[in-house]
Amino acid sequence: MTFTTVLFYILATILVVAGARVITARSPVTAVLHLILSFVTASLLWILIGAEFLGLVLIVIYVGAVMVMFLFVVMMIDVVPESLRAGFRTYMPLGLVVGGIMVLEIAFVLGTVYYGSGAPVPLPDSYDNTLELGTAMYSEYSYAIQVGALVLLVGMISAIALTLRERSNRKYVNVNDQLHVNAADRIRLVSMKSEKEEAAPVKEGDSE
Amino acid sequence: MTLTLAHYLILGAIMFALGVFGVFLNRRNLISLLMSIELMLLSVNINFVAFSMWNPGANGLPETSGQIFVFFILTVAAAEAAIGLAILVLLFRKINSINVDDVGRLKG
Repeated sequence: MTFTTVLFYILATILVVAGARVITARSPVTAVLHLILSFVTASLLWILIGAEFLGLVLIVIYVGAVMVMFLFVVMMIDVVPESLRAGFRTYMPLGLVVGGIMVLEIAFVLGTVYYGSGAPVPLPDSYDNTLELGTAMYSEYSYAIQVGALVLLVGMISAIALTLRERSNRKYVNVNDQLHVNAADRIRLVSMKSEKEEAAPVKEGDSE
Repeated sequence: MTLTLAHYLILGAIMFALGVFGVFLNRRNLISLLMSIELMLLSVNINFVAFSMWNPGANGLPETSGQIFVFFILTVAAAEAAIGLAILVLLFRKINSINVDDVGRLKG
């Protein structure tokens, strides 16, 4: 057993336990925190076999942005009545059996097919994962990357449009009115005679 | 015993089963449903990265296509999470509940 294999088993255990806690947690905040743990563990598993770029992207973008946004929303909606968990106990045994059989089947087939695959492709010392991915992204997949950017733009616009609420009593300046104003509208000259102001009577004790 | 592709594929299968199981277990809670979908996407990404690192490309280095596909999945998943959460907030504002059964109260 090499050190990498031991590390894999430790990380895989953490990942599976965190994933199980995500779906069984009572409080949604606990669930999101365990989801963050499972994403970080998965990214370490990727770094373990040499996919550093995606591992770091998963931590920086996914944990740093998407999961924190999840956490914000969950904390905004922190009323989860017990009625939401109705049927939890009823479907637990059946779900465990179905899920267990599913995993065993997949494990049996994939395990027998890919068990002899050996170690991953050996990486030379000069191997740069980010450089490889970047080269492919900006040459072979440049059109697809732009489509991905468009997907993000659509997501951003729709999220803003969905949650934007117009205030009815908004105080704003009408630019059109401002541009069409004339000097005559702004100031009115009135000719009037100068008046002499009467001296105010001085009260006693006011001087100090 | 070296680390083989089977290790990663079985781990991905376990995570996918957890995600599917979570959808059935928490089928009334919209937030939990979104989180189960995230788990399933993560397991698919694990499979993509593992296949990419174990298959040599034309130059003898790992094939990059799988990892670039993971990049696109992350992009789409981020957009999906943003829109899903926006809809969730709207729904909560409207019917004051995140129960899937209450969504029927919207009626058009």
